[in-house]
Amino acid sequence: MNTLRELRTREWTKYLLPAVVLLAVALFPLFRPPLDGFMDDCILALAYVVMALGLNLVVGFAGLLDLGYVAFYALGAMAVGWWASDFYTGVGGEDGIHIGVSGFAATLPGIHINFLLILIGAILVCAVAGAIIGLPTLRLRGDYIAIVTLAFGEIIGRIFQNGDEITLIGDYKLSNGRQSIAPIDSIDIPFLDPFDSALNLRPYYWTVFAMVLVVLFVNIRLRDSKLGRAWIALREDEVAAASMGVPLVKTKLLAYATGGAFGGIAGAFLGTYFSSVNANQFQFGFSIFILAMVILGGLGSIWGVVIGAVALSFVNTRLIPDVLDQGWVGKKLTDLGLDFSFVEISFGIFGFILVIMMVLRPEGILPERRRKMELTEGIGETESVFEARG
Amino acid sequence: MEAAGISADQALKPRTSEVISEFISKYGLIALLIAFPAYYGIQDLINDGNLTRIGNNLVDGLSNGAIWALVALGYTLVYGIIELINFAHGEIFMIGAFTSFALWGTLGLTANTGTGGLIGGLLVTLVVAMLVSGSLNVMIERVGYRPLRGAPKLAPLITAVGFSFILQNVGILWLGASQRAVPDLIHSQKELFNVFGLSISRGDLLAVVVTVPLVLLLTSFVAQSRLGKAMRATAQDPEAAKLMGINVDTTISLTFLLGGLLAGAAGLINTLYQTSVWYFQGFTAGLIAFTAAVMGGIGNLRGAVLGGVIIGIIQQVSDNRIGNEWTPAVIFAYLVLIMVFRPQGLIGEETREAG
Repeated sequence: MNTLRELRTREWTKYLLPAVVLLAVALFPLFRPPLDGFMDDCILALAYVVMALGLNLVVGFAGLLDLGYVAFYALGAMAVGWWASDFYTGVGGEDGIHIGVSGFAATLPGIHINFLLILIGAILVCAVAGAIIGLPTLRLRGDYIAIVTLAFGEIIGRIFQNGDEITLIGDYKLSNGRQSIAPIDSIDIPFLDPFDSALNLRPYYWTVFAMVLVVLFVNIRLRDSKLGRAWIALREDEVAAASMGVPLVKTKLLAYATGGAFGGIAGAFLGTYFSSVNANQFQFGFSIFILAMVILGGLGSIWGVVIGAVALSFVNTRLIPDVLDQGWVGKKLTDLGLDFSFVEISFGIFGFILVIMMVLRPEGILPERRRKMELTEGIGETESVFEARG
Repeated sequence: MEAAGISADQALKPRTSEVISEFISKYGLIALLIAFPAYYGIQDLINDGNLTRIGNNLVDGLSNGAIWALVALGYTLVYGIIELINFAHGEIFMIGAFTSFALWGTLGLTANTGTGGLIGGLLVTLVVAMLVSGSLNVMIERVGYRPLRGAPKLAPLITAVGFSFILQNVGILWLGASQRAVPDLIHSQKELFNVFGLSISRGDLLAVVVTVPLVLLLTSFVAQSRLGKAMRATAQDPEAAKLMGINVDTTISLTFLLGGLLAGAAGLINTLYQTSVWYFQGFTAGLIAFTAAVMGGIGNLRGAVLGGVIIGIIQQVSDNRIGNEWTPAVIFAYLVLIMVFRPQGLIGEETREAG
């Protein structure tokens, strides 16, 4: 007993559980066949973890409800669409432009840039876009911010969906409209063979896992940094934070930019992984899908959001199509004469999760201590709708 | 504080930059709104030599706007009283449209039904659609918003988004995921009369004929009835209203009921006018109507009607000239501009949120 208690007081023990879990997650593909449906779902889940962690920065830490997060998915995915496919066929003469790519992609026309460089590009594009989207919301508070971000998300989605009508310099279109841009180059990391999603999913898995690790690290460091504390102060009471010397403009814009950058790299990865970028995916529902992950896990709680993202991703890829539709529930419903598929109404299920969580357990599955205090004891934004008019 | 070192004469005169920025915030939005149809009007004058095309756009825009006004009133009523953007309101409108369509089937109304039967049937449909939408709105408030009265303000907004998705999927289960054509009961595109080349169709007339009495009824209800007075008191200061013996919960439910009733009526008119229903129509309509409510000044009934009409015109002009795939983007761009430069709207007071 005593030794156990001693162990608990040691500094390193608190890292034990995350370390074991991360190690297990890192090694598990070795025990699965290289091409496997379950691996596919895991890769998606990890990509959504990156997205959800990015949104958590904005909504969870800084308390700015962003309903247009799909904008960053769109920009990240379009980045690979533009820079890693033969979409811009005429660029650079017959040969195309190639930077840091090898193998088959190096022989194709169009722009072909190495995936790692595109990630940097996506980070830059999305950070700038995040700041631009954030600018108009600086003067606004609360629900107006939500609507403005939603409007931006829709505008960006629309622009790419109708991008075949927009001509850039020369003859080049902004996007392929409702058609997808495909194929996208596979990921090409120096000293490794180019990945092939038709043969082996492991490299993709480890790539996205590495992205998750980086994002997790950055998230944790940010949370404990001066900037992270400023975000939380902003969330709890904007006026008080401002009078304590927190620069509002800079802090808010940084939240949008960082959150956007994470969404961008996840979008770029997903575009490459699917090997196709389709503007029809850039819908409001996607923002809500990610938001539901953050809310399910617990606003502001990093590990909670990771759990929420993995859980909802599996609800989407496994529970709804396999268990509900093909499984026992689906059979029972067909016997009763109800003919519908749960896949059709998956967004209704996510909406239901939002409502249930908000009414019954607003702090999420794994609440962050501070946020829970705010919700239960009334720190910060707890002016009720009634008191709000003061 | 800064003015301490400046002489009284200087302090009285606002700086030029201030004058300009005040001017922009006062008239900028109006100029922006007028510029859009005006640009195409001038183009018409140059190309055709007359204003018929833009005139027809304006007429269609007005009847569209009448529908948006009804929906926008629901947003404004709810926002005025509990400062919540009722995100599910667009879906309430959609359910109203679906109810009307379903009821026509039950009543056996087709495009060939005689005038007497048609009017009777439509009146029944109107009442049922309004009641369904109204009671649905009340139920959502009871389940989703009332438990969150004391919670942070974003919590009910998130449940509202959740309900919006739930209702959309109810729509999918009800009538499927694709757009559904509806019998053109009133032959809405049939021209009634023609003034200076402007064609007024039956649909245009219907939209105005249903909307105007409803709006008048609502405004006089809010302004004159006892319950309306309770609503205004609750909107002004819920605590004080409670102390004065007003049942705040009932008053809020009543507000949701009123908003839902109007949305149901709008759903019916929209179905008659557009002759199609779709589960996703509520999402777009909701955002357009919300833009209208913000444009007029959220919380302001007259503003919502004005905003609805203006947005209807902008939407029609954009549909006709730029292409309807761009219309949502145009409307959202206006929404962002309004939020940034004139969050209090055209005739609204400064709200706490926007100030």
